[in-house]
Amino acid sequence: MTEVVEKNRDLKELVKREYKEGFVTDIESDTLPPGLNEDVVRIISAKKNEPEFMLEYRLKAFRRWQKMREPEWAHIDYPKIDFQDISYYSAPKEMPKLESLDQVDPKLLETYEKLGIPLEEQKMLANVAVDAVFDSVSVRTTFRETLSAAGVIFMPISEAVHEHPDLVKKYLSSVVPVQDNYYAALNSAVFSDGSFVYIPKGVRCPMELSTYFRINEMNTGQFERTLIIAEEGSYVSYLEGCTAPQRDENQLHAAVVELVAHKDAEIKYSTVQNWYPGDENGKGGIYNFVTKRGLCKEDGAKISWTQVETGSAITWKYPSVVLQGDNTVGEFYSVALTHNKQQADTGTKMIHMGKNTSSTIISKGISAGHGQNSYRGLVKILKGADNARNFSQCDSLLMGDRCGAHTFPYVEVQNPTANLEHEATTSKISDDQLFYLMQRGLSEEAAVSMIVNGFCKEVFRELPMEFAVEAQKLLDVSLEGAVG
Amino acid sequence: MLSVKNLHASVFDTPILKGLNLEVNAGEVHAIMGPNGSGKSTLANVVAGRPGYEITEGTVEYQGKDIREMDASERAGEGVFLAFQYPVEIPGVSNMAMLKAAINSLRKYRGEGEMPAAEFLQLIKEKAALVEMKQELLKRSVNEGFSGGEKKRNEILQMAMLEPTLALLDETDSGLDIDALKIVSKGVNALRSPERAMVLVTHYQRLLDYIVPDYVHVLSDGKIVKSGDKSLALELEEKGYSWIEQELQQAS
Repeated sequence: MTEVVEKNRDLKELVKREYKEGFVTDIESDTLPPGLNEDVVRIISAKKNEPEFMLEYRLKAFRRWQKMREPEWAHIDYPKIDFQDISYYSAPKEMPKLESLDQVDPKLLETYEKLGIPLEEQKMLANVAVDAVFDSVSVRTTFRETLSAAGVIFMPISEAVHEHPDLVKKYLSSVVPVQDNYYAALNSAVFSDGSFVYIPKGVRCPMELSTYFRINEMNTGQFERTLIIAEEGSYVSYLEGCTAPQRDENQLHAAVVELVAHKDAEIKYSTVQNWYPGDENGKGGIYNFVTKRGLCKEDGAKISWTQVETGSAITWKYPSVVLQGDNTVGEFYSVALTHNKQQADTGTKMIHMGKNTSSTIISKGISAGHGQNSYRGLVKILKGADNARNFSQCDSLLMGDRCGAHTFPYVEVQNPTANLEHEATTSKISDDQLFYLMQRGLSEEAAVSMIVNGFCKEVFRELPMEFAVEAQKLLDVSLEGAVG
Repeated sequence: MLSVKNLHASVFDTPILKGLNLEVNAGEVHAIMGPNGSGKSTLANVVAGRPGYEITEGTVEYQGKDIREMDASERAGEGVFLAFQYPVEIPGVSNMAMLKAAINSLRKYRGEGEMPAAEFLQLIKEKAALVEMKQELLKRSVNEGFSGGEKKRNEILQMAMLEPTLALLDETDSGLDIDALKIVSKGVNALRSPERAMVLVTHYQRLLDYIVPDYVHVLSDGKIVKSGDKSLALELEEKGYSWIEQELQQAS
């Protein structure tokens, strides 16, 4: 304990000092004291032993961030965040390994069981020592070998900065500029880690980039940064997140994800987010402020986002696609669930720039308890985007009479050849539907689950098979106690 | 099998049934007839356990068990089936998936294991043929975009699949053209058996030309006021419900 205090004091001293090149390299503390200033940014960069260009990048972002203001337009309500009260660096901690699942909180195991997570994976998630075969290091090695044989680069972005600096330099913030928004600027200044993916020309990534991620994502930290580049004619399906409940002592999460799809390339990005939502009174819970954007840079590129959001106290997230090339395609499929006191303001932006571009938006919002669920989406057709098409469908499902669903669709059309369709529905799980299914023998819970899963079907079928099954179960678990 | 005694029931606090008595034995088919608002559908829904349909007095025993405190799914587990007057749409849930979940829920209630997939597929193929339902409709969302006739046939398909002991058919004939009526009736007749009882709620005698009941009961103002055999239905057809009411008035 005293040691930590000691170190913190040292750090504070250091932080107060004027920056001198290279002076921070020998710091060995696990966690920086709360607060953010230029020196903290330098320390983060130095701790990661980053090349000069990264430090400059971070500092530029930090300086922009200082001049920016928190966005307040979203339909969410939370106490003001004190950004000087947050620690911006924490080295990945080794959790004490447990010897068997018997030592794990039975409630957690029960949830894993309900979600249908395989036993070996349960052990990994609960930090129980696993057989050598399943050890994450060996799994990682096997994956890496298969991937590198195909020429795919898949590594933590902190490693990519060293191993592929030219790629990182070229693409980092090429889709989400550092000044894009308050949280993107903050992330750019202090990001902890995340994934870097590069798919070379003509390569179809030989596996879903998923299992690997589930095992290794545990310590990416609160400011996650991901960059995926798909060269001409390549394809990759990337799966982020985990249905297992995730707790984190950090309340604020601000991630940035950038996707770049070159000519005829396709990127499919799926997310299942189940961060701690807080208790039924809204105490605790993660604030999730995320910027996700894909660029269909050249002709014929396609990017699709699929998300299942059940966690977090607050979600602020708009995965978007910029359709720059001609004949490019953008898709957004989303299920967002708010229960208890959860709030979500989520949707997408489809920016049509090229000719014959098309986008599809399918958004399903489920509100239960006191949950507040907002869809916010922008479809923008720029002048040169001849024959652009968009189809938007926003459906809301309400459970009980204390929750809310809101839809904020924005449309900006600057080209008369555009063809846009928008459909929106709001429904409640009706007593008739419940009685019908119960009369056929289903329990009330099973009936609700069936109705909700039917409501989400168009989104679930976009998920990789195994994950779709888990996502369904996740909704069931998340809605426990929502009826009756 | 079903013993209803002095049943008083309210629908969302409005009294509808006012002292109804009915005994149904295994193997029997009973037709419940009566003018609009007499409580025919209420009876079927009360027995099936629809929320909001409150029993205020009297008893409902099914196979010797008091089912008043059971919820709808428990009654289904006990073998009670209601063919709905207005079948409900469940968007995004395929007919097949719903039936599979229903069968396995019932089996679970009875302490049996899940039905093997191959057996289920064979069964549904067989039963769909019985009600002349196209395979394509099995894959569609439950009742979504179904015509009135298709919805009713779907009810009979579900009944055939779930093999209830007591089937309550709530105005299954309403909105059916003559061809659909024949198909539905064929399905129902195929399910008649010495172990199974059926209660048909209907407004018209027409259905009873195809499904011949053992007993006909006439309901008026929440009570059974006259019971008889098939000929009672014909008499009603001829003389109208006002005949019963006049007769009642004379009696009093």
